[in-house]
Amino acid sequence: MIDTWTDLLPMLPELFLLGMVNLILIAGLFIDERRRGLVHFIATLTLAFAAILTLRDFDIDGRVAVAGGMFIRDGAGDVLKLFVYLTMGIVFVYAKFYLRTHKLFVAEFYTLALFSVLGMCVLISGGNLLTIYLGLELMALSSYALVALDRDSPVAAESAMKYFVLGALASGLLLYGMSILYGVTGSLDLSEIATRLSSGEYPKVVLAFAVVFIVVGIGFKFGAVPFHMWVPDVYQGAPTAITLLLASAPKLAAVGMTFRLLSEGLEPLARDWSQMLGFLALMSLVVGNFAAIAQTNLKRMLAYSTISHVGFVLLGILAGSDDGMAAAMFYAITYALMTTGAFGMIIALSNAGFECERIEDFKGLNQRNPWFAFLMLLILASLAGFPPLVGFFSKLYVLQAAINAGWLWLTVVAVVMAVIGAYYYLRVIKVMYFDEPEHEHALQAPGDVRVVLAANGLLQLLLTFFVGSLTALCVAAWQ
Amino acid sequence: MNYESYLFLALATLLVIAAGAVVTLRNPVHAAMSLVLTFFTSAMLWILLRAEFLGITLVLVYVGAVMVLFLFVVMMLDINVVPLREGFARYLPVGLLVAGIMAAQMVAVLGGHHFGLERYTAPPAVIEGSNTAALGQLLYTGYVYPFEIAAVILLVAIVAAIALTHRRREGVKLQDPGKQTMVRKADRLRVVKMPSDTREGHGA
Repeated sequence: MIDTWTDLLPMLPELFLLGMVNLILIAGLFIDERRRGLVHFIATLTLAFAAILTLRDFDIDGRVAVAGGMFIRDGAGDVLKLFVYLTMGIVFVYAKFYLRTHKLFVAEFYTLALFSVLGMCVLISGGNLLTIYLGLELMALSSYALVALDRDSPVAAESAMKYFVLGALASGLLLYGMSILYGVTGSLDLSEIATRLSSGEYPKVVLAFAVVFIVVGIGFKFGAVPFHMWVPDVYQGAPTAITLLLASAPKLAAVGMTFRLLSEGLEPLARDWSQMLGFLALMSLVVGNFAAIAQTNLKRMLAYSTISHVGFVLLGILAGSDDGMAAAMFYAITYALMTTGAFGMIIALSNAGFECERIEDFKGLNQRNPWFAFLMLLILASLAGFPPLVGFFSKLYVLQAAINAGWLWLTVVAVVMAVIGAYYYLRVIKVMYFDEPEHEHALQAPGDVRVVLAANGLLQLLLTFFVGSLTALCVAAWQ
Repeated sequence: MNYESYLFLALATLLVIAAGAVVTLRNPVHAAMSLVLTFFTSAMLWILLRAEFLGITLVLVYVGAVMVLFLFVVMMLDINVVPLREGFARYLPVGLLVAGIMAAQMVAVLGGHHFGLERYTAPPAVIEGSNTAALGQLLYTGYVYPFEIAAVILLVAIVAAIALTHRRREGVKLQDPGKQTMVRKADRLRVVKMPSDTREGHGA
């Protein structure tokens, strides 16, 4: 229940975001094509101001419930949201260049992308089954449309269709699980559900049934094996700028959703869901890493690599502890920063008539542009988890949490898979440094893309010095 | 059994038959009409439960708007449904088997002994005053936040639909009333100076 306007203050960033999206929606109609950079500028500014508004009331230990517990503002949610704004800002810079060269530079991209950000924020803050579902739908619906944005490409249309149908199926499964949970406990509020479940008077079988469906829904949204079928096709088929968007920020939102649903709402059933997540993590690690080896298309390879990274994120979540959640969040944040770099590089090397998306297109990048090759080296090595890059530390913390929770065998599998996974990242590095260039496409990336890409690549190295404070932030957020 | 129970059974039977007809009828227009019947019968069930507002909304929204749209699509697009139905009979046994197993499993796990009235007491059925007012009260106080998000989702659907289908085509003949009224004599009327024809046999 919202009694006075001041009750709405905790959701100020979201309200601001909503107002600005509507403004951009209207303004986009009147700004003609030559001045469309203005839309980009306003959209980036919107993210910056949303971040400032979030920081304004930032309180790592605070927890405020608005609208009868349907919207929850807490430290963990705020940290996730701040990184959603950051990755989205990076995405906008890369996307502008890509969309310009591919004649897709329309105001709707920014409208839909910001709607998707709004959905992520609602999802991260959802304290009620209803708002979690609605936030998820808001995020997903915008993404489906974004994938289909390139209307003249049959591949994009096909992947949008697959994404839409499977996404709808996943939502249906999640909703089914939620409805059973509601039927059993008689409440939609997650903290209320947790209280009622801990009394232990509900039939175990039915609850396990509900948990299965909820975990399946989460697995679909994460793209965990065996619910990963859509990931490679969508990543490859969508315009690269959209793939970049799908691969980065939504993973942070998915971590937020999993946290709210599983460790807040279904905490008393942790034994059930951590077993299920263990299976998903194992399968994701194995299938993702092995399938990535066989790929020749870099976008597809990164899609399978996403699946394996999802395995690592789940490894942190299934530990069920605060430390595990903090490790999973740290992993998702660093992964989002790595994956934007990898897709950003594909965009920076592409131009109007040429998509630099096959691994062989990277041949001899070192001879063509040593600086870009070095940045790509940093990003790929970080994805593979080589020390001293930040990707190493994120893997380390997740594995630590899993060991502490008693999942030793799964940790061993994860380490072996990480070593196998290093092969396909190293192959790209080898191709860049030791092969002869095959084509002479000029680099057309504009200044802003180059600057952000450099920052993004160097961040893998620089974040190493701030690993301590970043993990401290994540740990503080979950306590 | 009282009158209400008989009515419920009759309506429920009709509902199941109509829903079955939607998927089995060959003619798409007939199928759409059965869907209308399905919606209408379920609306009657709502009303039987004293949820008048929901029942009437179902009729207005689904029967009134959605179904008309469906019929438009079916009639305008002239979809050949025969290829879609190929293999219906061939896959029917497998489909029935899978559906049967799933239904049996769900009954075993979620059967009435978990959800029966003896486990959960029925919620108080009758509320004071108007049902519509009570619903509105809840929707705009306790549930205003999800209500607004649902509105945003609808907005996204509109933006997405227009972004994906609307395209500015070249060479379309359109009237621009603004331009039409702004027109001046000089834009339309061109005075051409012609040399006068002075040959014989011509002219005045």
